[in-house]
Amino acid sequence: MQTFDLEANGLRALNEALQAQSQQTNETAWQVVNPRGSHAIAVGLDAPIEVRVKGSTGYYCAGMNKQASITVDGSAGPGVGENMMSGTVIVEGDASQYAGATGHGGLLVIKGNASSRCGISMKGIDIVVQGNVGHMSAFMAQKGNLVVCGDAGEALGDSIYEARLFVRGEVKSLGADCIEKEMRPEHVEILRDLLERSEVDAKPEEFKRYGSARKLYNFNIDNAY
Amino acid sequence: MCGIVGLFLKDKALEPRLGEMLSEMLITMTDRGPDSAGIAVYSDDHEGQAKLTVQADDPSRFAGLDEDLSKALGCDVTVRVKDTHAVIDLPEAKMAEARTALKELCPDARVMSAGEVIEIYKEVGLPGDVAKRFDIPHLAGSHGIGHTRMATESAVTTLGAHPFSTGADQCLVHNGSLSNHNSLRRQLAREGITVETENDSEVAAAYLTWKMQQGHSLGEALEAGLDDLDGFYTFVVGTKDGFGVVRDPIACKPAVMAETDQYVAFGSEYRALVNLPGIEEARVWEPEPATVYFWKH
Repeated sequence: MQTFDLEANGLRALNEALQAQSQQTNETAWQVVNPRGSHAIAVGLDAPIEVRVKGSTGYYCAGMNKQASITVDGSAGPGVGENMMSGTVIVEGDASQYAGATGHGGLLVIKGNASSRCGISMKGIDIVVQGNVGHMSAFMAQKGNLVVCGDAGEALGDSIYEARLFVRGEVKSLGADCIEKEMRPEHVEILRDLLERSEVDAKPEEFKRYGSARKLYNFNIDNAY
Repeated sequence: MCGIVGLFLKDKALEPRLGEMLSEMLITMTDRGPDSAGIAVYSDDHEGQAKLTVQADDPSRFAGLDEDLSKALGCDVTVRVKDTHAVIDLPEAKMAEARTALKELCPDARVMSAGEVIEIYKEVGLPGDVAKRFDIPHLAGSHGIGHTRMATESAVTTLGAHPFSTGADQCLVHNGSLSNHNSLRRQLAREGITVETENDSEVAAAYLTWKMQQGHSLGEALEAGLDDLDGFYTFVVGTKDGFGVVRDPIACKPAVMAETDQYVAFGSEYRALVNLPGIEEARVWEPEPATVYFWKH
C-alpha cells in the first residue's frame, strides 16, 4: 500500500503520481491522507488502481476517472466523479451538488445523500445514491442509470433525453418531459445488477422508473412564446 | 465567487479564540475572492454601553477624536484606533448624538457598524492582510462572520466590502448576485431606509433591517426574503445574539455547515472548517435550498 500525505506533498505531486501509473503497475493500492477538503484529488486517473481518500474532499474529486476505483472516506464537495469515463467512485458520506455530472461511464456510488443536480447531463454513467437526491437531478440526462434509494427533490429529470431514473421513495416533482414509466423485467434486471454491484440492500421491485416522454425532441410550435 | 465563513459559539470557553478561529477560516477561503475582506465580531455586552466602528482612509483624522467627542457629548468616550478603523466606546443613550457630532468632528469617517456589541473591520485586500492590519486573531467574542470578496455588482472599495451593517448590531455577508436590487432599493427608500452604496448585498442587508424594524425576528425576515429577493444568494447574517443562514431556491452558491456541542460553523467550502476543534465528530451538512437556519444565544 502506497500512502500519500496530501498536506505534506501537495496536490500536483499526488495527481502526477497517480496519473503516472500504467496498466501493468504493481502499485495498485493507494491511500491519500490529510485531504482536508482539497480540490481535484485523484483526477484524470487511467489505470486499474485502488485509491482510498481518508477524509472529506472539495471540488471535483475523482473527475474524469478511467478504470480506477476511488473511495472517499468522508463527504465529497461539488462535482465528484465529474465526467468520469469508467471505473468506480464510492463516497462513504454525502456528495454536494452536481455529483457525476456529464459522466460517460463507470459507477458512482454515494452512500449518503447527494444534493442538487446529481447526474446533470449524464451520458452513460451509472449513479447509485443510497439516500436522497436534491432538485434538478438528472437534468438533461442523455444516457445511463440514476438509482435513488431515498427521495428525489423538485424537477427530477427535467428536459431528459434518455437515461433511466429509478427512485424508491417520493419524487417531489418531475421536470419537463419526464414521466413515470412501466418497470419491465429487463429494467428489474438492470436495477438488480446495479444494486448488487453497489452493495445496497434493496429490492428492485420497490422502485419506480422514470424517463423521457420524448415530447421535447422536436420543435413544437405550441411551446413557442 | 466570494468566500464566506461564520462561527457561532455555544461554548464560552472558546470565546477568547473567536478571532483566531475566524481569521484562519477566512484565510483558507482566500482563493474564492481576492478583492476585499471583512469580519464582523460580536463581543462582550457592557450594560448601557455601545460602540461605533468608523473608518477613514487617513487614520490621522482620528487624532484627538476622543477628547472632541467627550466634550461634544458631555460624557466619557474612548477611541481605539486600529489601522484605518476606530472603535468608539460610548454610552448607549448617546449613540444618535454621537453619529451627528461625528459628521462635524470627523467628516471623513464612515460608519462601518453601530450597536451594543458589534465591531466590523473591512478593507480592500486579501483576508490574511486584513486580519493582520486589524489584529483580528486577538479579538474575543461570542459569534462572528467573515467574507472575502470577488466583486461582481459594484466597485472594489472599502464601502463595497462585506459585511454590511444597516441596523444596530446587524450584519450580512453575501455570496451571489441579486437581480432586483435596484427596484428593492427604490422601495426601501420610500420606506425611509437609506442604502449607502451601489452594492446589491447592502440592499439585502437593508431589506432585513426593514423587516426587523417591523417587528419580525431575523428568522421571519429571512423567510420573507425568500419571496422578495431575486437572484443568487447564500447569506450569513448576524444579530446581537443570533446567527442565520439562508440559500436561494436554486442553491448554486456553495455552503457547508458543521455543528457540535461547542459551536455552529459555516463555510463556503469544507476546507474552511477543517481546523475547528472536534470537526471529525461534528454533524456536517449542506444547508437545504430555500430553508432558513437560525441559532440564538
